[in-house]
Amino acid sequence: MIPASFDYHRPSDLEGVLALLKEHGDDARVIAGGHSLIPMMKLRMAEVPQLIDLQAIESLKGYSVNGSHVKIGAMVTQHELINSDELAAVAPILRETSLQIADPQVRYMGTVGGNVANGDPGNDMPGLMQCLDATLHLIGPNGTREVAAREYYEAAYVTAREEDEVLTAISFEAPKGGYAYEKQKRKIGDYATAAAAVTIQKDGGKVASASIAMTNLSDTPVWSEAAGNALVGTTCDAGAIKVAVAAMLDDIDPTEDNRGPVAFKKHVAGIILTRAITRAWERA
Amino acid sequence: MKDFTDEQKERAANLKGLGSSRKRVEDARFTQGKGNYVDDIKLPGMLHGDFVRSPYAHARIKSIDTSKAMALEGVVAVLTAADLAPLNLHWMPTLAGDKQMVLADGKVLFQGQEVAFVVAKDRFIAADAVELVEVDYEELPVIVNPFEALQSDVVLREDIADKKEGAHGPRKHHNHIFTWEVGEEAATNDVIENAEVVATETVYYHRTHPCPLETCGSVASMDKVNGKLTVWGTFQAPHVVRTVASLLSGIEEHNIRVISPDIGGGFGNKVGVYPGYVCSIVASIVTGVPVKWIEDRMENLMSTAFARDYWMTGKIAATKEGKITGLHCHVTADHGAFDACADPTKFPAGFMNICTGSYDIPTAYLAVDGVYTNKAPGGVAYRCSFRVTEAVYFIERMIEVLAIELNMDAAELRRINFIKKEQFPYQSALGWEYDSGDYHTAWDKALKAVDYEGLRKEQAERVEAFKRGETRSLMGVGLTFFTEIVGAGPVKNCDILGMGMFDSCEIRIHPTGSAIARLGTISQGQGHATTFAQILASEIGLPADSITIEEGDTDTAPYGLGTYGSRSTPVAGAATALAGRKIRAKAQMIAAYLLEVHDDDVEWDIDRFVVKGAPERFKTMKEIAYAAYNQAIPGVEPGLEAVSYYDPPNMTYPFGAYICVMDIDVDTGVQTIRKFYALDDCGTRINPMIIEGQIHGGLTEALAVALGQEIAYDDMGNVKTGTFMDFFLPTAWEVPNYITDHTVTPSPHHPIGAKGVGESPHVGGVPCFSNAVNDAFRAFGLRHTHMPHDHWRIWQTANKLGLHD
Ligand SMILES: Cc1cc2nc3c(=O)[nH]c(=O)nc-3n(C[C@H](O)[C@H](O)[C@H](O)COP(=O)(O)OP(=O)(O)OC[C@H]3O[C@@H](n4cnc5c(N)ncnc54)[C@H](O)[C@@H]3O)c2cc1C
Repeated sequence: MIPASFDYHRPSDLEGVLALLKEHGDDARVIAGGHSLIPMMKLRMAEVPQLIDLQAIESLKGYSVNGSHVKIGAMVTQHELINSDELAAVAPILRETSLQIADPQVRYMGTVGGNVANGDPGNDMPGLMQCLDATLHLIGPNGTREVAAREYYEAAYVTAREEDEVLTAISFEAPKGGYAYEKQKRKIGDYATAAAAVTIQKDGGKVASASIAMTNLSDTPVWSEAAGNALVGTTCDAGAIKVAVAAMLDDIDPTEDNRGPVAFKKHVAGIILTRAITRAWERA
Repeated sequence: MKDFTDEQKERAANLKGLGSSRKRVEDARFTQGKGNYVDDIKLPGMLHGDFVRSPYAHARIKSIDTSKAMALEGVVAVLTAADLAPLNLHWMPTLAGDKQMVLADGKVLFQGQEVAFVVAKDRFIAADAVELVEVDYEELPVIVNPFEALQSDVVLREDIADKKEGAHGPRKHHNHIFTWEVGEEAATNDVIENAEVVATETVYYHRTHPCPLETCGSVASMDKVNGKLTVWGTFQAPHVVRTVASLLSGIEEHNIRVISPDIGGGFGNKVGVYPGYVCSIVASIVTGVPVKWIEDRMENLMSTAFARDYWMTGKIAATKEGKITGLHCHVTADHGAFDACADPTKFPAGFMNICTGSYDIPTAYLAVDGVYTNKAPGGVAYRCSFRVTEAVYFIERMIEVLAIELNMDAAELRRINFIKKEQFPYQSALGWEYDSGDYHTAWDKALKAVDYEGLRKEQAERVEAFKRGETRSLMGVGLTFFTEIVGAGPVKNCDILGMGMFDSCEIRIHPTGSAIARLGTISQGQGHATTFAQILASEIGLPADSITIEEGDTDTAPYGLGTYGSRSTPVAGAATALAGRKIRAKAQMIAAYLLEVHDDDVEWDIDRFVVKGAPERFKTMKEIAYAAYNQAIPGVEPGLEAVSYYDPPNMTYPFGAYICVMDIDVDTGVQTIRKFYALDDCGTRINPMIIEGQIHGGLTEALAVALGQEIAYDDMGNVKTGTFMDFFLPTAWEVPNYITDHTVTPSPHHPIGAKGVGESPHVGGVPCFSNAVNDAFRAFGLRHTHMPHDHWRIWQTANKLGLHD
């Protein structure tokens, strides 16, 4: 649990970060809260000879809410998400999700950007951002670009972000209606056995639209378009939920680990999604 | 205290002696980060060691190339077995009469085994150098299952392949270590064959790990000028370490000083002697400068002493009315690559023969087969006296299975089989003499406290509601009545590496009426500095706040066998009381002299001697202490000191009644503990607050083990649970509010009637949590399901019972 040696950089603006990334290429990596990266370095699963700390970059901090448009800087911590009444008012699912990530110590350090950029299928924010149809804002040597959260994840730790790009912010339209983030884990501080992010809009007693994303049940987060569509036009009764669950199960591909075998994970995924839909519908 | 006057009561209270919930004196430094742990020790010029460890569970070592590591700037040495062989230190004896490789000698036998020891100028260079050591392995077939090991042609321990005798008798197979038998086999088989009812079950107590918060480590400093070796380390038995170090190194024992500084939890993990200790010592002897070795978490989980790994098959015989007539138990014990169990020499399976539990079972037989596999060595008592947790888990599961067989209530089945109060001292069929107990009183108190009948009624209603489809949650009521056996232990049958398991206390009273007492034990969180001062305060009448307790430095403390197996209070606590009485006896002579009366004319009164019949004439202990140093008293030596070495006549047998109420989500396998009630009887209670703290901690570790904590291996012998991501360590979040309660049945043979308590909650807690899970499914036909009861295994149990449509 002793990392290999590395050089530490703490630039004060994004230009400085981009210059360092350019200079050191593959040898360089940014660090945000460090609560995913540092353990990997200590296990020597990640060797980062040039570590670029983002903590001093003001432009990555803070968030803005304009009507229903929400934009969150990459360096906003999970603790700040929980603590912000403004964010909780416009998008309460942010707080509900963040409260289920790790424990307070980790959340004081862990950032939204790190959680979303990382590409670890265990992270909770990617699924949430897919559910919300969020946009990821990247900056690189060729300027800025935007990538939809639903397009960002390719495989475990493989994302649409280029090595020399930095995630600056995440934005989305706050969903109306009901929402729920439901997660089963073995203990506090554990990644999900199965987790579901659900938003539902109701119109005339029926589901007008729904969005469903699952966490830690494949090598990427899974936005199940079919599961969401299965609810549309229904009264979210048991039969409709069953169809949505079946559709979701077709989209996930869990693997066996210490949390349990595949059959268990699929079963729990179904239960967790059922509960999330039920709660979101109650709130819709 | 009922005969005391108010004035006397006030004086007694001021002492903060027995029965006082005195605050822990240790906590001021621990809560402020001012503890002094091994890793806090920093000596000038100190070097740092780190291990190259085997990635394979079984492999031949074809070559080790250290040249690249040696070439790295800052690397001082890289030790391999070849370097240790000339000193005869490439292997070392284990506490169980086996031997163990210090560094891999030709082959490796478990993943994480120590292969080479790198010594460098700092910890970071050492870690870099570890990666540069090139080891060429040839993989060998891996055996992680003890039953397979006994059938396999693969020889794990080539060094003893043709040895037909081991330390504990004949070996049946090249992977077999010993067979240990207790009781009457033929008679037991007879009872079982002719019994009206027999319940049979195999219960596996999975492999887990004590996992103290502080990992293991040592700092060795060889002073070549004075020929003195000083070793600071995470040792639960520092004196034994000194003796072993002397025997192994040839350095005379007076030239070795072993110090256990503050220890961040032990739970059995720090009883054994590890290659890291040996390597740091050798490296310091070789280099002439201090060498530190500190394990990281993964190393601790992978390579230091595990606990349990017992496959226990039981047959329990009874009459139709539920009176138990016989018990048969066979254990296949997985000891891993070397037999490094920490047990008294004559007990290769510890005190597993306490497995008749709290019940009057007339005929019994136990056989244990120890087996080698490609897993880490160990087999320590994790917060229990030697293998008592296994024994209690076994019998408490067997009782539940028998209750199912008899279609009887498990609380009632226990009641009709308890050893009765008037049967104590009770001779068990497997050879123990239980000192004292009142099980019926404790049991009735516990059942009443939780409204047992109400719980059963609610549970039955829940089952009906479940069957009607109104709920997906089931309710389990876990019962456990346990009897511990702690305080090893009479020297005549308990020793560690030949050292009798007595313990000791040495007291010096200072002229101004304060004192220091030194003991042969060592606290790892038990609060000895608090409680031993209380024992002494009540014995010698000086306030506990004026008594310093010191342990852990072999140059100053009297020889003792250390702290584990809840032995500190039963053994060292007794030595403390008896040494205190020696002080008092001398004080009596001094008081009589000062009061100008005959010795027999004064009597003890809390903190003073008073002239009989004239209570206004007295000398306080404080006054006596001063006189001991400034008066020439005819026939009495100056000073006031005493030492006592205590060899207990018997062990002590604490007991308790635990009840757990659990709700189980059948669909997700998630368990929620609604209530946990723990009644403990540890005899005389020294510090109720510390007892309560120990119960809370022990129950939490029990919860961990029962509900998820394990050291799991895959078929290749890879450790699957080597980090806290997967090794379950509960936090406050997972833990319920425990309800604690007690009865008091003093030990008749202990000077103050105290028994051990630190381990009881673990011993009783594990079966209680497990029984709750099993009980939840009893109505659906479950007899037994193995621990750990984590979500997916509970889900699997429900699934097998057809509870998921
Ligand atoms: C005990 C523990 C439990 C945890 N449990 C959970 C949990 O239940 N759910 C959960 O979601 N997470 C969990 N985490 C992870 C935690 O939330 C992390 O904080 C988070 O995943 C990463 O955020 P970070 O700021 O620490 O990122 P870092 O560790 O600093 O970085 C992670 C990765 O993202 C990259 N990166 C970071 N910021 C940027 C950026 N702006 N642009 C480009 N790349 C970037 C880094 O280079 C690195 O590769 C846990 C962590 C711990 C230690």
